[in-house]
Amino acid sequence: MPYRTPDLQFLLGARVGTGTFIFPVQRLLFLFLGFGLVGCSPKEDPRTHGRVVVEYWEKWTAYEGEAIASVVEDFNRSQNRIFVRHLTVSKMDQKLILATSGKNPPDVAGLWNSFLPAYVENNALLPLDRWAKESGLQEENYLPVYWEMCRHRGHLWALPTTPSVTALHWNKKVFREAGLDPEHPPRTLAELESFNEKITHKNPDGTLERIGHMPQEPGWWMRDFNRWFGGRVWDGESRLLLDSEPNRRFFAWLESYPRRFGGPAMCRLRGGFGNFASPENPFFTGKVAMVLHGVWLDNFIRNYAPPDFEYGTAPFPTDEENPGNPVSVAEADILVIPAGSRHPREAMEFIRYVQSQPTMEKLCLLMKKFTPLRQVSPEFLRNHPHPYLRVFLELARSPRTAPILNIPSFNEYSNDIEANVNGVLRGSLTGEEGRARLQERQQRALDDKLARWRQVAGSRESTWRRELAETP
Amino acid sequence: MTPGDRIRCRQGLGFLLPWLVGFVVFSVYPLAASLWFSLCDYSVLAPPVFLGTKNYTDMAYDPVFWQALRNTLVFAAVAIPLGTALSIGLAVLLNQPIRARGFFRTIFFLPSLVPVISLAILWQWILNGQMGLLNTVLLYPLRWVGGVLGTPCPPPDWLNDPSFALWGLVFTGLWGTGHAMVIYLAGLQEIPAELYEAAELDGTSAWQRFRHITLPMLSPVIFFNVIMGVIGTLQTFAVPFILTGGGDGPGRSLLFVATYIYQHAFSYWNMGYACSLALFLFLIIALLTLWVVRIGETRVHYAGR
Repeated sequence: MPYRTPDLQFLLGARVGTGTFIFPVQRLLFLFLGFGLVGCSPKEDPRTHGRVVVEYWEKWTAYEGEAIASVVEDFNRSQNRIFVRHLTVSKMDQKLILATSGKNPPDVAGLWNSFLPAYVENNALLPLDRWAKESGLQEENYLPVYWEMCRHRGHLWALPTTPSVTALHWNKKVFREAGLDPEHPPRTLAELESFNEKITHKNPDGTLERIGHMPQEPGWWMRDFNRWFGGRVWDGESRLLLDSEPNRRFFAWLESYPRRFGGPAMCRLRGGFGNFASPENPFFTGKVAMVLHGVWLDNFIRNYAPPDFEYGTAPFPTDEENPGNPVSVAEADILVIPAGSRHPREAMEFIRYVQSQPTMEKLCLLMKKFTPLRQVSPEFLRNHPHPYLRVFLELARSPRTAPILNIPSFNEYSNDIEANVNGVLRGSLTGEEGRARLQERQQRALDDKLARWRQVAGSRESTWRRELAETP
Repeated sequence: MTPGDRIRCRQGLGFLLPWLVGFVVFSVYPLAASLWFSLCDYSVLAPPVFLGTKNYTDMAYDPVFWQALRNTLVFAAVAIPLGTALSIGLAVLLNQPIRARGFFRTIFFLPSLVPVISLAILWQWILNGQMGLLNTVLLYPLRWVGGVLGTPCPPPDWLNDPSFALWGLVFTGLWGTGHAMVIYLAGLQEIPAELYEAAELDGTSAWQRFRHITLPMLSPVIFFNVIMGVIGTLQTFAVPFILTGGGDGPGRSLLFVATYIYQHAFSYWNMGYACSLALFLFLIIALLTLWVVRIGETRVHYAGR
């Protein structure tokens, strides 16, 4: 039977082969688009009636997201002029940049402080100096490290919300099983490594059953680990400092791990680790006895660790060549106003509200963190569920606590150091090779970013001065 | 041109217009724009600054890019022939008059319906070095081999060992062979039964019939699948991206060109460099496709010709 073209006349009510056919097709197309547009139009929230709606993008989900939502609700109830619409957004660092370049950013956004330099140098944020000053938000109100991380290129771009510092967490039960005093954490890196040797349990076939400490678990601060050796990643101007003595010591320390425990054995042990937010977290199961973690870990211990889990917290020990005050790296969630925000003034009102001591303490308490403000109420300390909160407060105030790496090529650096450090820890690279590769490649990446900055620095400065002058 | 011709011409253009507009807006313009951006320093937020060929010279001296390209080409060179052989083999087996043939065809096709995200997460567990299903299966045979050789043979740590990670990914790719198998099955059913009957009368073996009838008659279908395979595998992105949690895998062994483009474009804000990488990948895909087409001119048998 010969093939016959399908008859469309019954669908369109028109004769194929005449000019009338195309119009029903167009009608169908418009109808289809019309449905689409109707389906896309947002429903108006009755609570926004008569108010300025401030779009707020925040990255947090779960209990942290609920904490943010609660503060937003409080703000919306506290006055009747502004309504903050809170939207949870994943991959915030990428989506915010795309929304800003598409001239459709939110009015206010919650970022991590590490992204600040790249955002600033790409002109993606509004400077907040004048607003902050007029709102009475000053350096004196904040712990220095958190104020410092909100500044870049001479201006203030953000204000902190929930902060963190990192500290050593150790599993007391595992310490006891290894014959160590569970109330005595390591004070120096040498002591940490001697505990590591005592705790680590190797099977006859060379595989590891348990390890005292491994730098990759969780490995979230690999780019900042050199701080405990007294090192810095860059000079803050133009040069990477990975060839400095402290950084060499840091890479030599990493190199010692595959030599002592076996690179493949460590990889295999890691392969069996469960997710961070699960009962299979290797710290909770006792597979890793000492980890570097932030203040939030206590909340995950409560939710996922066995009921009899015992742990302690102390400053992470420093290298013997680097004695002195405790060392830590600090980070924070920050609130920024993207360039192109439709309601910057109202967005600033919201930021100002969050920065007040009662709101900040409520937010930090709900998120189980400490506050970035200098003033802390006795109620906050009394009601806070973290048993070691004071350790973190002490670390946050330590003169040797620094913000996590703030470099324009932050993402490239993070990715590259992870690849090189993993190579060293697997034993496929020597510490010196990993360090030299990183220095060479990342110096080039930094040079490119700085060259880009030099081309636009003059115009950026004048734009920011104009924006500051135009601040209502 | 008669008035009727003009009407038909307008109708034809009218029908073409939606596609043409889409093609210009979503293909021609991005291609032209990426060509321009590839010659610029472009962070997406600031206007592009012309750099000349700097991005291309940087690419030539970028060891990470060459590693990503090597991974991509090795993966394509292993996954395409292996996938093709397996799907043809399955199609030939499932073309035999066996009991419950429809059931087996469905079973082999079903995995290709699994969404790519679920597939990657599933394989993360299957390939887990300590408690993965694959290693549980391999454990006893490897113990036996180890006993014979007198040296321990531990199962591979698929996703954490650079020497095995790419092979782990090849396994995940084989999960989707059911899709190609269905196309091969359709091709096999188009082969006239008389050819096999005549060959059998001539006393040929099963292998000779497969080699001299099935393969030549199936060659147009193989040709199509190989071209689609070349284009698809060189753009591999989602599965390794999820398997590695958005990273590069151990020793960057699961870093593919498409992932590297994504990193530069959306994570490092080097859209200009990302565009130069994308155009280079486009060129490689075009050249390889042309090469396959050239081979196809002499190796593909079209019954109608």
